[in-house]
Amino acid sequence: MRFRITLAGARTLFYKEVLRFWKVSFQTVAAPVLTAVLYLLIFGHVLEDHVQVFGGVGYTSFLIPGLVMMSVLQNAFANSSSSLIQSKITGNLVFLLVTPLSHWSWFVAYVAASMLRGLVVGLGVFLVTVWFAPPSLHEPWWVFVFAVLGAGMLGALGLIAGLWAEKFDQMAAFQNFIIMPMTFLSGVFYSVHSLPPFWQGVSHLNPFFYMIDGFRRGFFGQSDASPWLSLGVVGVSFLGVSALALRLLQTGYKLRH
Amino acid sequence: MNSPAVRFEAVSKTYGSTGRSTGRSAGRPVQALREVSFDIQPGEFFGLLGPNGAGKTTLISILAGLSRATSGRVSVLGHDVVADYAAARLALGIVPQELVFDPFFSVRETLRIQSGYFGVFRNDAWIDELLTGLGLADKAHANMRQLSGGMKRRVLVAQALVHRPRVIVLDEPTAGVDVELRQTLWQFVARLNKQGHTVLLTTHYLEEAEALCGRIAMLKQGRVVALDRTSALLAGTASTVMRFKTDQPLPDSVAAHARVTGRIAQVTAHDAAEVESILGRLRAAGVKVEDLEIGRADLEDVFLEIMQAPSTQPAGLPT
Repeated sequence: MRFRITLAGARTLFYKEVLRFWKVSFQTVAAPVLTAVLYLLIFGHVLEDHVQVFGGVGYTSFLIPGLVMMSVLQNAFANSSSSLIQSKITGNLVFLLVTPLSHWSWFVAYVAASMLRGLVVGLGVFLVTVWFAPPSLHEPWWVFVFAVLGAGMLGALGLIAGLWAEKFDQMAAFQNFIIMPMTFLSGVFYSVHSLPPFWQGVSHLNPFFYMIDGFRRGFFGQSDASPWLSLGVVGVSFLGVSALALRLLQTGYKLRH
Repeated sequence: MNSPAVRFEAVSKTYGSTGRSTGRSAGRPVQALREVSFDIQPGEFFGLLGPNGAGKTTLISILAGLSRATSGRVSVLGHDVVADYAAARLALGIVPQELVFDPFFSVRETLRIQSGYFGVFRNDAWIDELLTGLGLADKAHANMRQLSGGMKRRVLVAQALVHRPRVIVLDEPTAGVDVELRQTLWQFVARLNKQGHTVLLTTHYLEEAEALCGRIAMLKQGRVVALDRTSALLAGTASTVMRFKTDQPLPDSVAAHARVTGRIAQVTAHDAAEVESILGRLRAAGVKVEDLEIGRADLEDVFLEIMQAPSTQPAGLPT
């Protein structure tokens, strides 16, 4: 019976989380797509002839997969984190806390809904930006693998942030001081090979770099790091973040006092 | 033997250094509950009373799984609320004290989602019955943000009942709501109680508790100070209340046992001789008494008498 309830509860919570962001899709889907297009127009126009990236790949083409993946990651994080913090602060999380849902149900539903939003926004960014510089798909399976794993990891990270934060400014701090720097310093706008050796080394400590680089590999068939190394780093990071999120949910961290 | 609907066994709760996240003061530990034990039998309409800060909501939070007991055990129909939380929560429907809602959804969506959390799908027939019974039928498609406070309170009740729980917990459900909602709510809950649902009610409206609850527990500073049938509690304490108006201060010997609200004084007495004695003391002190009424004590009088007494053996508990 417990398994049936877990499954039914997870399915309902997933549905509710998807409905939540879809009801405000102008803000949660359309706005991030517009932001990414603005990045492309401004950076692509200014840097097209000034930045060397992969051999034979124009800067605008190079930028598109980076922007798509950045949108996937940021929106996957935003979905679970904002839903949880809003529910905690308005108090309606009580409706979920009194249900028989297990910590697995919470995790699967929140992370799956976050992945869906991240992937929908990523697809939107791709469909709009692809007209500016149509990229080829050399190894599409990497596109799929890194998009899914990256969205999953950021969904789980958003869950942790949502559990930890007690106020909106704490959430903003998490987003501005952790997620944004790690995203922007991951090679979205440049190839890390163009950096000095020290900063190349620092970039290789950032798991977001491997997500972007692995994702880009699927488009161009070339990357700064081996896709297998990227898969290993992203996979282990996803497992680590998921294990922490599950543990926090299981112990009722900042949920059940 | 059948399990009790709800069983509290030596439940204690201390908010200590971890209290920061609860909004309670860090530092000195606060003991919210002290060895609380009692059973609620299936089908009972049970009242849990106490002044603010007595521990009622803490006890209900532990029952609902929102909070964890420092020691002791709580079970619902034999299911431990920690070890076997899924079965315990399936049997429970909680109406929270705070007026909370999810602003993204309509009333019907809210109820369908809450139903789905408990694994109950295609539940619209029961949802319609709830909407009708609670006077929400014309609000089914309204967004939660558009509802008045009273309407939101009705939705909270519907959410608690949407999975047909066998035990219903109402934590001050009528706080700040109008007479119409109270009547609608009590008629609906009384009907569910007649159908066999167990009801646990906390309220500050003691006339509601007196009218509805077959048995009552009173909490004071985290301890059970009274636990008995409502009729026994009413019979076991001062059975007579004198109410009168006066513009003058009461003599000390009367004032010590009186409740004074503006010009109205209320004094409890056990029998006619005590009434005579009190009137004698008022006459002797030159107090002019107007509009004197002598009536039976109600639950409010019993409650105040118990709460004002020094904490000793709980009334109604075996010695």
